[in-house]
Amino acid sequence: MAEIIRTENLTYAYPADEGAAPALALRGVDLTIEKGSFVVVLGHNGSGKSTLAKTFNGVLLPSEGHVLVEGMDTRDETQLLAIRQRVGMVFQNPDNQIVANVVEEDVAFAPENLGVPSQEIRQRVDSALRLVDMADFVRHAPHLLSGGQKQRIAIAGVIAMEPTCIVLDEATAMLDPMGRQEVLSAVHRLNREEGITVVLITHHMNEAEDADRVVVMDDGEVVMDGTPREVFTQVARLRSMGLTVPDTVDLLDRLRKDGVDVPLTALTVEECADAILEAIAK
Amino acid sequence: MLKDITLGQYFPGDTVAHRLDPRTKILLVTFYIIALFCAKGAVSYGLLALTLAVCVRISRVGLHALVRGLKPVLFIILFTGILNLFFTPGERYLVEWGVLRISDTGLRNAIFMVIRIMLLIMGTFLMTYTTSPISLTDGLERLLNGLKKIHVPVHELAMMMSIALRFIPTLIEETDKIMSAQKARGADFESGGLVQKARALIPVLVPLFISAFRRADELATAMECRCYHGGEGRTKLHVLHYAARDWAALALGAAILVGVLALRPLGL
Repeated sequence: MAEIIRTENLTYAYPADEGAAPALALRGVDLTIEKGSFVVVLGHNGSGKSTLAKTFNGVLLPSEGHVLVEGMDTRDETQLLAIRQRVGMVFQNPDNQIVANVVEEDVAFAPENLGVPSQEIRQRVDSALRLVDMADFVRHAPHLLSGGQKQRIAIAGVIAMEPTCIVLDEATAMLDPMGRQEVLSAVHRLNREEGITVVLITHHMNEAEDADRVVVMDDGEVVMDGTPREVFTQVARLRSMGLTVPDTVDLLDRLRKDGVDVPLTALTVEECADAILEAIAK
Repeated sequence: MLKDITLGQYFPGDTVAHRLDPRTKILLVTFYIIALFCAKGAVSYGLLALTLAVCVRISRVGLHALVRGLKPVLFIILFTGILNLFFTPGERYLVEWGVLRISDTGLRNAIFMVIRIMLLIMGTFLMTYTTSPISLTDGLERLLNGLKKIHVPVHELAMMMSIALRFIPTLIEETDKIMSAQKARGADFESGGLVQKARALIPVLVPLFISAFRRADELATAMECRCYHGGEGRTKLHVLHYAARDWAALALGAAILVGVLALRPLGL
């Protein structure tokens, strides 16, 4: 598979007070995101996961090292628009990323900036809203929508740029469980049906279950990288970093400690139930 | 309480008045204001009042909504009316009552002035009632486009205006939240004199400002992430274009303006 984003020895230091040593938020991250994949980046607060996300489209520029988007360096200002068109970003607070006071105007904002002809903007807006299942709200005022709906509008606004990759920077953190589910299923559909690469930054373990790949960050470094199964079976290590494990893995882990022979690899509720049934049958 | 505030009150509808291009409406209101200030006699005022009445009828905006718009400026209307009434020197005095004297020109001026201000306000309100704030901003941006040549940041101003409009409900909601939070901790916004009431608002305004700045910062980042790079090379989802009805309305508006100007030397 082709790669879309690659970081090389990516280091980022937030500007510190004079005299104080700069606080390193990222310490030499080497990461490659494959085209079409669904990658979840996990980590507790202050692990550097959000900083990492913001370097992907040049909101933050690396202090050292490089970030390459389809081969373009984010430091190259002449390529910045091209990079941002390819890597769309959705942020945590839906209220602070909606620009217009009519849904369709907001979704049209990015293509308008890119100078897309009016007729094509119309098509893009309609299809983007259909993709996030918000087509019935074209003429609505965003501030009257629910959190999950607003966030889907924000996603539609990014999709209208026709990006190859969407980065969601804790986009579900402020939502209720319902809203979170709406946003996640929309994002999964985009990944599956439209082949858009998704990088989901979160601290909710359960959101990582269906991912192709899970990257765990701690103290500015990538500490684990693999399939959800590979990562979540390392229960003790995750806990030592202050992360919880999905409920299913937690249950299986406790059963194992009590001497029941179940595998840790059953992530979904169904798999977990099957594994327990099998163990009981033995 | 705060939820009741609506700025640029817009009554959605589908009449000719609503469908007119926002630029046409802005131009028409400009014509109307010029005509009002050039009107000299009863005939001109009658013509302009009739024009407004016809427009109100077409727009199907309720008359009481328009009259309600006059309420906040009632004081100014009365003030100018009274000043004109008593302090205009004239040839003949109708009433003399110590220093207060009402001259014939004073009475005339007062009546015309009050009518002028009322028509002025109702005319502009009719525009905001029938045009959504967004299209109004859009129309202004397009109308003032020519000023870009002399480096007036027209696009930036229009963008600021539409973002301000977008964030009014959000910030009102936030103010409500902060006030509730302060009330829960015993803040008192109702009692006391004006100074005390104003002072009670400080703990509301400080967090509101801080959060507004934070929002602005995040919004700017989000806009940049969506490839915003100023007005250059920007296209629009909705492109404004004049239809036949716009030309007709503009011609009619211009005719009325010319009519009023023609009546002026005659003193009508």
